[in-house]
Amino acid sequence: MNSEEKKALELFAIKIREGVVKSTHACNSGHPGGSLSATDYLTYLYNKEIRINPKNPKDADRDRFVLSKGHATPALYSVLAYKGFFPVEDLLTFRKLGSHLQGHPNMNLTPGIDLSTGSLGQGVSTATGMAKAAKFLKKDVNIYTLLGDGELDEGQVWEAVTFAAHYKLYNFCMAIDANGLQIDGATKDVMNTAPLDKRFEVFGSAVIEIDGHNFDELEKAFQFFHENKNSGKPTAIIMRTVKGKGVSFMENQVGWHGKAPNDEQLAQALTELENARKSILGAKE
Amino acid sequence: MEVKKIATRDSYGNALVELGKVAENAVVLDADLSAATKTGLFRKEFPERFFECGIAEANLICAAAGMSTFGLVPFASSFAMFAAGRAFEQVRNTIGYGRLNVKICATHGGISVGEDGASHQCCEDFALMRAIPGMVVMCPSDDIEARQMIHAAYKYEGPVYIRFSRYGVPVYHDENFKFEIGKGEVVRDGKDIAIIANGITVAEAIKAAEILANDGISARVINMATIKPLDEEIILNAAKECKKIITVEEHSIIGGLGEAVCSLLSKKYPVPVQKIGVNDEFGHSGKASELLKEFGLCAENIVEETKKFLKN
Repeated sequence: MNSEEKKALELFAIKIREGVVKSTHACNSGHPGGSLSATDYLTYLYNKEIRINPKNPKDADRDRFVLSKGHATPALYSVLAYKGFFPVEDLLTFRKLGSHLQGHPNMNLTPGIDLSTGSLGQGVSTATGMAKAAKFLKKDVNIYTLLGDGELDEGQVWEAVTFAAHYKLYNFCMAIDANGLQIDGATKDVMNTAPLDKRFEVFGSAVIEIDGHNFDELEKAFQFFHENKNSGKPTAIIMRTVKGKGVSFMENQVGWHGKAPNDEQLAQALTELENARKSILGAKE
Repeated sequence: MEVKKIATRDSYGNALVELGKVAENAVVLDADLSAATKTGLFRKEFPERFFECGIAEANLICAAAGMSTFGLVPFASSFAMFAAGRAFEQVRNTIGYGRLNVKICATHGGISVGEDGASHQCCEDFALMRAIPGMVVMCPSDDIEARQMIHAAYKYEGPVYIRFSRYGVPVYHDENFKFEIGKGEVVRDGKDIAIIANGITVAEAIKAAEILANDGISARVINMATIKPLDEEIILNAAKECKKIITVEEHSIIGGLGEAVCSLLSKKYPVPVQKIGVNDEFGHSGKASELLKEFGLCAENIVEETKKFLKN
């Protein structure tokens, strides 16, 4: 990836973060913290990795993405809007009566959503069925899914990871948004699931651990997924991330898991993001 | 004459094999129970289309859901206790909310599971599955109906729950019978009272009607194989013509066929209804035939309840 490509990704991620704070502010609800930690992953995935067509969102041979941490809709909806699946203005209808943008993803309402999720543990589990079906039907289709690290408390996650390894689902790419925080506190205090790398390894996945906000490392992680296919193992990308990333007062604050910014906070967040944009553009010259 | 008895779990296994021959996208998932659910018959015939999920029913339900998004038609199998009970929320949130084309086929419903006892005797599955928007809920009464139900469920686009039994029941339909989702069936006409039953209790209801006939009571017997959507017309006609209704089901009297019937009648044509089922209690170990007698799911009790009900 050259520096121009990287800058394009950085600028795209700024727009997504703006979408996160604006859409949650507009409905005074939603989950900005875990959306901002997932923004760079989604930015890379949708710009560089996944094979989809916004003009034909139901194309049978497309890759699939399942937001297993279904509460990160503010980030995913922003990405889908900026990729052309639906108008960007729709983001301000998020969580409002009559909107197609439900609090958690609905595959029957929103173009580009491949699965209705929201109940933790079920997205990754359903995604294994997709990967198994794609393999059974001999389709060259990859299945991507994003989990939260708090979500790993759910026993069903480990049923799914076992299934993926048992059936050698080499086309299955899990990413774990390990921001270290969940509603009741730090994941290590609420329910310690560390060490994540060893856990996924003993459950039969090929594991790579990266900085989830570094596009070079994200590129490396997806290369690892593709190169790893011959091993027959599913891939687990453990992404070290910062909850609330990109908005200073939200960073590493558990209180921003499920709380929307007020008017002043929105203004401050947008100022910070605009400054970040200027700094990226400045660096370009 | 010896009456041929078949458990509908056997019908399920056999029908899957028939279906597998004509439907290439039919696949079967099981949770380490293929010998008991009879999906082993399909496994033997089409090993490449059978997916063992291990003892992990939550993942099984979701994996089936994922497969359906690729155009496969998964038959997700386990015992009723685990398919409808343990995995309820997976069925509700992933299959139901997503309106996915999965056929949840649960064997070992009700107390006739027998010796395994209460932990495995699911008497709540109709209630749980009925409460999910858009879910079709069915329970066949004999082998012929069960086999046709499998083919009908395959052709129907959307989520379906079917409960099969491990208890053998007489085959009373003939091969000309045509099953249709959402249609009840008058299996014996009568005018004094209507007995609405499903699953293994239909045979008992028919037997009860025969005994009642000897005592001069004309009982109509309706087989309500589809609990949801309910055949309203056949029930309203029964209410108008017979004036009193008895429901019989191998299920809790809370939330099953009886309550579905009451719910309809209270709104459209109130008549007295007597519910026979499992009375808000757990089952226990014993022979299926003994348990059915003890819990009143037998012809003798239906006769007794009918007579009492008609006197009131």
